[in-house]
Amino acid sequence: MTTEITQTLRRVLRRSRPADVDAVARRAEQPASPASPAPSPVDIAPDDPLVAYFQSTAGAVEIDTLELDSPALAALKAAGVKMVVPLVSQGELIGLLNLGPRLSEQGYSSDDRRLLDNLAAQAAPAVRVGQLVREQEIEARTRERFEQELQVARLIQQNFLPKDLPDLPGWHIEAHYRPAREVGGDFYDVIALPDGQVGFVVGDVTDKGVPAALVMAATRSVLRASAQRIVHPGEVLERINEHLCPDMPPKMFVTCLYGVLDPASGRLRFANAGHNLPYVRTDDGVIELRARGMPLGLMPGMTYEEKEAVLAPGQSVLLHSDGLVEAHNPARQMFGFPRLMGLVAGHRRGSELIDELLRDLDSFTGPGWEQEDDITLVVLERSASAAAASSFPGAASGAASAPAEANGDGSRTLAEFELPSREGNERLAIERVEGAVAELALPAPRLERLKTAVAEATMNAMEHGNGYRADAPVRLAVLASDSDVRVRITDHGGARDIPDAEAPDIEAKLAGLQTPRGWGLFLIQNMVDAMEVTSDDKHHTIELSLHREGDRDDTE
Amino acid sequence: MTPSELQTTVRRAGDAAVIDMRGEIDGGADAAMDAAYATAQHEQTATIVLNFEAVDYINSTGIAVIVGLLSRARRDGRAVTACGLVDHYREIFEITRLADFMPIFDNEAGAVGGCDREDGVNGNHDTGRQA
Repeated sequence: MTTEITQTLRRVLRRSRPADVDAVARRAEQPASPASPAPSPVDIAPDDPLVAYFQSTAGAVEIDTLELDSPALAALKAAGVKMVVPLVSQGELIGLLNLGPRLSEQGYSSDDRRLLDNLAAQAAPAVRVGQLVREQEIEARTRERFEQELQVARLIQQNFLPKDLPDLPGWHIEAHYRPAREVGGDFYDVIALPDGQVGFVVGDVTDKGVPAALVMAATRSVLRASAQRIVHPGEVLERINEHLCPDMPPKMFVTCLYGVLDPASGRLRFANAGHNLPYVRTDDGVIELRARGMPLGLMPGMTYEEKEAVLAPGQSVLLHSDGLVEAHNPARQMFGFPRLMGLVAGHRRGSELIDELLRDLDSFTGPGWEQEDDITLVVLERSASAAAASSFPGAASGAASAPAEANGDGSRTLAEFELPSREGNERLAIERVEGAVAELALPAPRLERLKTAVAEATMNAMEHGNGYRADAPVRLAVLASDSDVRVRITDHGGARDIPDAEAPDIEAKLAGLQTPRGWGLFLIQNMVDAMEVTSDDKHHTIELSLHREGDRDDTE
Repeated sequence: MTPSELQTTVRRAGDAAVIDMRGEIDGGADAAMDAAYATAQHEQTATIVLNFEAVDYINSTGIAVIVGLLSRARRDGRAVTACGLVDHYREIFEITRLADFMPIFDNEAGAVGGCDREDGVNGNHDTGRQA
C-alpha cells in the first residue's frame, strides 16, 4: 500500500518559536508570499529513506542528529525544523509533526519530548480518521458522478428506442431491450416507409456509457432520415457510414443490420454492417441471412452487399445483438450462437420466442447474474394463415444463407465473410466461424481447437499480412465435407514471403534469450489436423483442416 | 459489444498471493498483469497463484504476457501456480509447456499449497482433471 505522507508545518507548542516556524513555512512555499498565514504542505516521496526511518522509530526525533541521504531530510533541515514527531496509526506512518527551535533557544527537554509523544499518540488516530473520511468523500463523489453518467446514457438510449411497434396485419412483431447496468450501445428501430413497407434495424455500438449512447443516437438519426429517401438497404448503410466516419471516436464502430420488409409479399431486403446474422426459422430448420459488409464508422467508401429473402407464412426471423450470445454462466461458458440457433430451431411460434430465450438465459446464467451487456431481440413472424403463397427459396432469392452450395471437391461452403484488420477482430472471426459450424455439432474440444486456430491465423493475417491496415480486410471461408471442416483465411500480404517460424523454446523465453512472443503458428499447428499455406502475388491463404470426429483424445 | 480488458485483483490466501483475473488475456493485458504482479510481490510470499476462473479467452499474445510474468517471477525467486483453467486452456498450457513451469491445479486450495509439496515446481504436479 502506498503511504502518503504530508508534512504540514504548524505552531503546535507555544514553547517553539512561531516566527521561525512561519519562516519555514514561507520558505516552503514557491513563490513565497509574506502575507500568507498558512504554511504550505511539503510532499515527501514514498521511497525517501526518511520514510522508512520514521516508520521504524518510536517517538520524537531531533533531526539535526540524523544523517541520511534523504532529500526530505535536507529540506526539513533547510526549513529550520528541529524536532519531528512521527504520527503512526495502526503501524502506518500517516504524517509528521514538525517543530522549529524553542522560543527560549534552549534544546527540547525530556518533558517536552514526553508531551510531544503523548500528543502524537492522540493526534495520530484522529488525523487518520480525518484522512479516511476525506477518502470516502472523494470515492462517494466519484461514484455519484459515474451513476449520473449512467443515468444520462440510459435516458439517451431510452429516448431513441421506439415507444410502440407498428400493427401490421398478418404479422406479429415483438421486441425486447434489456440494458446492462453499465449501459451498452444497443439499439433497434422500426420505421414506417413509403408504399407500406417497414424498415427494421438492430445495431450495436462498441463501448459503453454516454459516448456509445451518443454514437447510437447519431446512427439512428441518419438512418431514419436516409431510409425515407433511399430504397436500397445497402445504400442506406453506405450513407450512414459516410456520415459517421469523419467524427467517429477512436476504437469505436457500429454494427448494424438493416432490412426492409414488404408485409404484403413477405419479401425482406437486407444489408448487414458486421452485425450478428438474423436467424430465420423454417420447417426445415434455421437459416442465417448473410450479407457482407464492414461495421459502420471504420473507414469511408465502403459498400454493403444487399440480399433478399421471402418469409413464408408461419416463418419468423430473429434479429439479435450479442448481449445474449455472449452471456456467461458461472462456469464462464458462453451462451453462444449454437445454443441460440438450437432454441430458435426448436421453437414453433416466434411470438413466444423472446420469452423462451430469456427464460433459457436465466436458467443458463443462474441467479445473481450481473448482465454483462445490453440484450436486444426483435422477432418478426408472419402469421401461418397469411395469404401469400410464397416460400423461403434461399438460393433462388439470393440469400447467402440458402442451403450451402456444393463445391466441386465434395465440400460445401458454410460461410464467407470479411473482417477489417483491427486488433481484437479475431474475436469476431471466432464468433462467425462458430455460428457457421454450429450445424456440424463438432465435439466440444474440437470446436475449441478450431476457434483457437482461427483466432491465431486471423491475427497473423491482420498483423503480418495486412499490417493492421483498415483498408485491407481479412477474408474467411468456412467449408465442410462429410469428414472435415476447413477454414480458409486470406490476407493481402502475397508480395511478402512468410518467414520460417522458429519453434518456441519456453526455457529460452523464460531465461530472456528469446522473445516471449512467437506462439501463434505453433498453436495453430497443434490445434488442427492439417494446415496448408498458398500464395499468389497479392494474397496469402492459410487453410486449416480439422476432422469432424476426433482422432485424438477428445473426451478429456 | 463489450471491449473486454483484463481486470485483476490481488489478495492473500494462506501462504500465497492470489491474482484473480477477469476477462481476456491478450497482448493488451500486459500492463494489468505487470501491475498485478507488482502488487502480489508486496505480499512477500514464496508462491503467486494465477486464478484463471473468470478468464474467457487467452490467445498467443496473452501467452507471451504469462511467459513474461513467469520469467520475472523466476528472477525474483518466486513460484507461480495456476488454477481455474478450463480443459481447453489447460491443454494449451500443456502443449506450450507453460504447465512445466507453472503447476496447474484443479482448485485454489491446491494451487496455494502447491509449491510446498514435495513434487514442487517442476515435478509431477497435479494435472489430473476433475471427475
